[in-house]
Amino acid sequence: MTNSVDTVLPRSEVTERIKLGLKKRHRSELIFKSFGLTALTVGFLLVFFLLFDIISKALPAFHQHWVKLEVDYSAANLGYTDGDSLDKLSYRGTLRKSIYNQFPEVKSRKDKRKLNGLYSSNAEFAIKDYLIANPDVLNTEQYVWVRLDDDVDVYLKEIESLGEPLIRIDATEAQWVKSLVENDYIEKRFNIEFFTSSDSREPELAGVRGALTGTMLTMLVTLILSFPLGVAAAVYLEEFAPKNRWTDIIEVNINNLAAVPSIIFGLLGLAVIINVFGLPRSAPLVGGIVLTLMTLPTIIIASRASIKAVPPSIREAALGLGASKVQTAFSHVLPMAMPGILTGTIIGMAQALGETAPLLMIGMVAFIVDIPASVTDAATVMPVQIFLWADSPERGFLAKTSAAIMVLLGFLFIMNASAAYLRRRFESN
Amino acid sequence: MVDITSADSLASGNIVIDGTVGECFSDNAKMSMRNVDVFYAEKQAIHDVSFDLEKNQVTALIGPSGCGKSTFLRCMNRMNDIIPICRVTGSLEIDGDDIYHKKMDPVLLRARVGMVFQKPNPFPKSIYDNVAYGPKIHGLATNKAELDEIVVTSLKKAGLFNEVKDRLDEPGTGLSGGQQQRLCIARTIAVSPEVILMDEPASALDPIATAVIEELIDELKEKYTIAIVTHSMQQAARVSQKTAYFHLGQLVEMGDTKQIFTNPRHQLTENYITGRFG
Repeated sequence: MTNSVDTVLPRSEVTERIKLGLKKRHRSELIFKSFGLTALTVGFLLVFFLLFDIISKALPAFHQHWVKLEVDYSAANLGYTDGDSLDKLSYRGTLRKSIYNQFPEVKSRKDKRKLNGLYSSNAEFAIKDYLIANPDVLNTEQYVWVRLDDDVDVYLKEIESLGEPLIRIDATEAQWVKSLVENDYIEKRFNIEFFTSSDSREPELAGVRGALTGTMLTMLVTLILSFPLGVAAAVYLEEFAPKNRWTDIIEVNINNLAAVPSIIFGLLGLAVIINVFGLPRSAPLVGGIVLTLMTLPTIIIASRASIKAVPPSIREAALGLGASKVQTAFSHVLPMAMPGILTGTIIGMAQALGETAPLLMIGMVAFIVDIPASVTDAATVMPVQIFLWADSPERGFLAKTSAAIMVLLGFLFIMNASAAYLRRRFESN
Repeated sequence: MVDITSADSLASGNIVIDGTVGECFSDNAKMSMRNVDVFYAEKQAIHDVSFDLEKNQVTALIGPSGCGKSTFLRCMNRMNDIIPICRVTGSLEIDGDDIYHKKMDPVLLRARVGMVFQKPNPFPKSIYDNVAYGPKIHGLATNKAELDEIVVTSLKKAGLFNEVKDRLDEPGTGLSGGQQQRLCIARTIAVSPEVILMDEPASALDPIATAVIEELIDELKEKYTIAIVTHSMQQAARVSQKTAYFHLGQLVEMGDTKQIFTNPRHQLTENYITGRFG
């Protein structure tokens, strides 16, 4: 028997030739490695820059300037006579008088209007709430803290952080603010209301709780509908359905569905779910259904891939013992496929979480102040809220927009973390 | 230069397979197969195979790769059902019940005819759960104590109990290859089958683990009827009482193992067992 290599080249020549090629191979390896490293670095830098930008812009939104107001709760001021309900007194007048007393030098009607503008429009309710909470302050003078108007708030924050304010306020206004600051009438507080209150036209009053609750309800509906449906469809297609032309067509269509622009699903929701089935507009239920349609293909595709990856030997083992197909699928195949299914679900849910376009079509873009209590209440969601705020002209919404993005990212992070935790539990079993 | 010739041409050259030679039938049959053809779509994998599986005996199915012995084995508990293009004709009976009858439930059949596979395939669950799974789904135990007993007896029968008794709640996948295979045997025994089909049960194991499995097979035949597919002729000679030699989807020869290995009747059988191909 002869060795064919020996007959073509002498042994020493073989080594030489390999050495020649070796340099080239190492070089291409190095080039590939450096490409990968560069891509990774660029990616990290971009993410870091994005986060840095968002966080630095968002920080002002977590604080709010409050101003001390000396309120004269005299019965005359309030128009109070014994036995009156505290609900319907002249708080607006009282507020005005308190403000004008603080700035006795302001005389003209125009300036007075400007002066009123220094205070948040809900100051009137703040002094009312204070009286209702402490009825014995009637006929006394009290210091009540109220919010500063958003423009002044931004003005102060910019002076603080930049030294020179970017926002322009009237010179007389600036003068008043200066005197308030010098007299220690202004205080910066943590803006807990950002998390506890709902949307408002006034930036200093606007919070994310309504949108966050809407997002939670919508995601809940999406998860409850899309996870079981998607997994069931994947299990059926992989484990039970005969492989024929029909299942091929279904497979192609599911793949196509994953690529349909999301606004189409919104149109479908409007045309079918709202107009034909008559479900309420702007409701998380409808939003959830629309997002389910969008998420389903992602979950089905990921679940099928994951079920396919379960070694056939496990199915054979179960079937060989006399397990039925359903028993095999649910007690052996599904648990082993679960980590992959969860990954697919979280990708689908993350897409749904950030989705705005289809929700615009079904009316979740409406200005909604009430915090939704159920899935049929009118609601909006975080990305739509961000869109609405980003679209608003008031400077105060600039920081709020970034802060809302932070909240959305936080929500996403919690969602992913819980999926990762679940996945680890399934993997360890 | 070596003249590379396929096993097929070397083996069958001019030798004609004309039906099966030897004794294929038994008066004490547990399973009887008659005129079985198996098709994968258009391709015929098994041609007109007839033989009996004798009760409480080990029958070895031997033959070169691709001869259809595994295919045939999988027909005997309808594991081929999961391959949509696979079609079986002819008659396969267990104790006179037609396996491919419309009324035959594959779930019940597989509980009667258990299977051990080539690669150890324990479930990714605890050792206990691996063995308990079969009895659980078939409702063989009415309470925990009974289930415990089934698990322990099965592990003892499979010769695994002493090695794992302290770690029954550890995953079955953490055992060594040989132990995993015995776990799979224990899992099969736990359902109390009548027949155990073994598809090259020791091919993925080292010689020591193989010896343990072979010993086990010898003990198991007291209670069960066993059919074993194997590539190792020594193994067939050691563990089986009957041997069936398959070639290109046909049953060439069947008879007592001793006779097959010492005095084969067919030229192909002789070629195979003397190592001229395979």
